[in-house]
Amino acid sequence: MGLESQLKEHGFFTTTVDAVVAWSRKNSVWPMPMGISCCAIEMMAAGDPRYDIARFGSEVMRFTPRQCDLMIVAGTVTYKMSHVVRKIYDQMPDPKWVIAMGACTSSGGMYRSYSVVQGIDQFLPVDVYLAGCPPRPDNLLHALIMIQEKIGKTKAADFKNIRRPELNIIQNN
Amino acid sequence: MSLKEIIPQKLKEKFQNTEFEISVYRDELTIKFDQKNILKVCEFLKLEPELEFLLCEDITAVDWAKRKNRFTVVYHLFSLKNNFRLRLKADAAESESSTGEIKWSIDSVTSIWQAANWQEREAYDMYGIYFNNHPDLRRMYMPEEFEYYPLRKDFPLMGIPGSLSLPNK
Repeated sequence: MGLESQLKEHGFFTTTVDAVVAWSRKNSVWPMPMGISCCAIEMMAAGDPRYDIARFGSEVMRFTPRQCDLMIVAGTVTYKMSHVVRKIYDQMPDPKWVIAMGACTSSGGMYRSYSVVQGIDQFLPVDVYLAGCPPRPDNLLHALIMIQEKIGKTKAADFKNIRRPELNIIQNN
Repeated sequence: MSLKEIIPQKLKEKFQNTEFEISVYRDELTIKFDQKNILKVCEFLKLEPELEFLLCEDITAVDWAKRKNRFTVVYHLFSLKNNFRLRLKADAAESESSTGEIKWSIDSVTSIWQAANWQEREAYDMYGIYFNNHPDLRRMYMPEEFEYYPLRKDFPLMGIPGSLSLPNK
């Protein structure tokens, strides 16, 4: 006769704080829609009633990075734009995750050219690379589910030594 | 008589000391002439009551790589009155500085068409052609500190490593 079996009759169960925090965090991922080019159209389609990203708790697309914990980089990132993307990423509160949506963000895609960054992992830590040109909305949902799985495994201690953006980066730019 | 004949005829009457190379390809008229006359010719084409080329649709350039006059500047004009398109071409002037650097330049037509401002900035950004008397000759697409001209034939497709900065990871 443990604690669990006694409390069960009254509608209680035991768990850890880490598990509750991770569970609530993963089911309410607020995305920052970094829509730069055509992938953004599919990202918007993921929010419509047909695909409905709200089913996964991510319908709150915030247009300010300060209220987001997932950045969906949807589109071709040029060298000139890379500084803007990084600046927005730095303004997001920790912990945060990144989806590289589509071929361009993952590897430069068909833009094998002097002006396009050949993969945003050159300046951002990417959690999920999403294939497609552009990926279908259900593909984006799949990436979101993978992010949720990743968040579900986290513990509070994982974020102890997280890298903070250096203040001078924001001031100088 | 159609405009394809009237325009060359008018130009030849007005500028008797200038040579005009006239060609018609796919029903489009192209006129090539010396860059010294670019301002006068453009002003004439805009102000002549019968022609009225009020719209400067595009300004771009061609890099001929190994030719002596390396860059040709191309102007696309449109006459709203006649619904007629005209293409002008002029080779940019080459001048060598004391350090041996070659500079290509041509007079800016911003005083005639305001729309030429950004078009010329684009041509400057991509080809490094200087437009004399341009009010604001800055780079259009590339970062200001970029040192190269990416649409030149001798520029590598993947760019020059380290010439464009990335944020710190």
